Amino acid sequence: MQRRVIFDNRALPYLLLAPQVAVTLIFFIWPAAQALWQSVHLQDAFGLRSQFVGLENFQAVLSDPNYLETVKTTIVFSASVTLLSLASALGLAVLADAKIRAAAAYKTLLIWPYALAPAVAAVLWMFIFNPDIGILGRALNNLGYAWDYRLNDGQALTMVILAASWKQVSYNFIFFLAGLQAIPRSVLEAASIDGAGAVRRFWTITFPLLSPTTFFLLVVNIVYAFFETFGTIHALTHGGPGKATETLIFRVYQDGVVNHDLGGSSAQSVILMVIVIALTAIQFRFVERKVHYS
Amino acid sequence: MATVDLNRVRKSYGAVEAIKGIDIGVADGEFLVLLGPSGCGKSTLLRMVAGLESITGGEIAIGGRVVNGLEPKDRDIAMVFQNYALYPHMSVFDNMAYGLKIRGLPKAEIQARVAKAAEILELGRFLDRRPSQLSGGQRQRVAMGRAIVREPAAFLFDEPLSNLDAKLRTQMRVEIKRLQDRLGITSLYVTHDQVEAMTLADRILVMNHGVAEQVGTPLEVYQRPASLFVAGFIGSPPMNVLDARFDAAGQGVALPGGTAFLLPRPRPDMAGRPIKLGVRPEHLAVTSGDGPLIVTVDLVEALGADTVVYGRLPDGEGMVVRVAGLPFCREGETLRVGAPPDALHLFDAETGRRLAD
Ligand SMILES: Nc1ncnc2c1ncn2[C@@H]1O[C@H](COP(=O)(O)OP(=O)(O)O)[C@@H](O)[C@H]1O
Ligand SMILES: [Mg+2]
Repeated sequence: MQRRVIFDNRALPYLLLAPQVAVTLIFFIWPAAQALWQSVHLQDAFGLRSQFVGLENFQAVLSDPNYLETVKTTIVFSASVTLLSLASALGLAVLADAKIRAAAAYKTLLIWPYALAPAVAAVLWMFIFNPDIGILGRALNNLGYAWDYRLNDGQALTMVILAASWKQVSYNFIFFLAGLQAIPRSVLEAASIDGAGAVRRFWTITFPLLSPTTFFLLVVNIVYAFFETFGTIHALTHGGPGKATETLIFRVYQDGVVNHDLGGSSAQSVILMVIVIALTAIQFRFVERKVHYS
Repeated sequence: MATVDLNRVRKSYGAVEAIKGIDIGVADGEFLVLLGPSGCGKSTLLRMVAGLESITGGEIAIGGRVVNGLEPKDRDIAMVFQNYALYPHMSVFDNMAYGLKIRGLPKAEIQARVAKAAEILELGRFLDRRPSQLSGGQRQRVAMGRAIVREPAAFLFDEPLSNLDAKLRTQMRVEIKRLQDRLGITSLYVTHDQVEAMTLADRILVMNHGVAEQVGTPLEVYQRPASLFVAGFIGSPPMNVLDARFDAAGQGVALPGGTAFLLPRPRPDMAGRPIKLGVRPEHLAVTSGDGPLIVTVDLVEALGADTVVYGRLPDGEGMVVRVAGLPFCREGETLRVGAPPDALHLFDAETGRRLAD
């Protein structure tokens, strides 16, 4: 079926598009272009003069062993956040779908984390996990488990993963719930008459029919984990202890804003962009094949 | 193969009683049609047999085993849904094989059963297709196939033909009839279409507001409707129903205008009592001059084989007459119409139940 809107006024469609185009130009295309330009230039410390250096910035970044360490951290972090937030959102959505009458209240509760600013969410997590004043942090220490995410690398990474996942669960939940409710009841009923129990119904009917939603969320969550978790990490651990929770995006900030290495930082941004574009392309090429669109 | 027995089955949704105590025993291999207007509780009853709705009261037994507490998967039934409910992400083959795989049948057996069903339903060419690549009629057949391959104790159908166009519906109706004759599996079939009910059923259960108004063979239900509701629901156009009164001797009934009909059997016990008098449009005959009813013609419908005349009696009561053949009268004309005594149906004026005759 073809859907088409007919505009009487020829200028109107362009006018309606203009704000989105402007936002994209100002906040995405322009900074991206700047990053590209800066990534092949070297600036003096005061930002007064710059000089074309070709791919030197990239060479410097990629030959830095610290950078590869950050790549590893980012992979662990992003994979964990994506899996954790998708899985828990799906679980919650399945529960809500079963009790759909309570879903309105349930939905509101689950949306809250998404509405919180990253820094506020981070403070919340601090109040829970801080070893001195956090409820759980203190309880863990009282039980004899040495909990201090400010000293222990693994604990710090675990905490930022939890916090970052938690913030994204709401978003995923809404999409999963909508996806679940779009599955016709009668199809699940037919499966139960055909002999499938609840678990089998989920894996053979619900999950495959949910695949367009899951695929979309997979792409969105990976982008989230790569780019949008800066605030959470910044507020919770500042990339530390050491570099234990330093992800690529955090390092871009660290090198560019804190260390004033604009060229290096821009080169990292460009690398990051390439990684995400490649990841997304790979997903569309290989994962999407398994997706069933109705 | 099995019997299905419903014993005082009730269903409430909160304060709303959807099924108010239904008793019916379906014999092994019988085709029972649940017929009634939309919202009367047909689907609810069927879904209770399937195990998709809980049972508020009473007992349901399949093959002599009470199934009240059993999951749908343990009831050994197959169901065909109105919207087919095919698995959209599976091929036609996988749709039919799904239930068999779950039951752990050997691959060869699954292949054989699906192939056989596909042959019966002429689906052989479509086994690799997805449901979205099939026409409505083909999807319908896949849904039937999915039920057949299971070889269940009973088939449940919930308005399986109502999403098809008129021609396809007739065709599928004939196919279902043929299938039932061939397989002989106990079937419960829900519909609001009286033609489907009359043509498919061994027996019809006519439902109204969660109550069984009548259970009987299609001809019993047509010839001796147990209530005004059944009389009005089965037959097209519906039965004419007139207010009337027994005469002083109980020998006959008279309309308010004075027109009298002699009864085949006198009812002295009912002498002088009010009554509802029913006559089917197709049992009225236009006579040359001595018919007791005078009908002024309002509208003439030519159906080709039949002509339906809508008119009124002198006191304004509506009257429909159905006569074989082409139109024979015009609007505004007056006809003399009569009915043979054995075509008269008498119903209690208060309860609407048929009087024993
Ligand atoms: N889940 C439900 N909750 C409340 N009322 C229901 C529910 N399902 C059905 N009903 C009511 O039960 C009655 C019978 O419904 P149904 O069995 O679907 O009728 P039919 O199939 O004969 O059209 C209707 O009045 C309907 O409103
Ligand atoms: Mg229904």
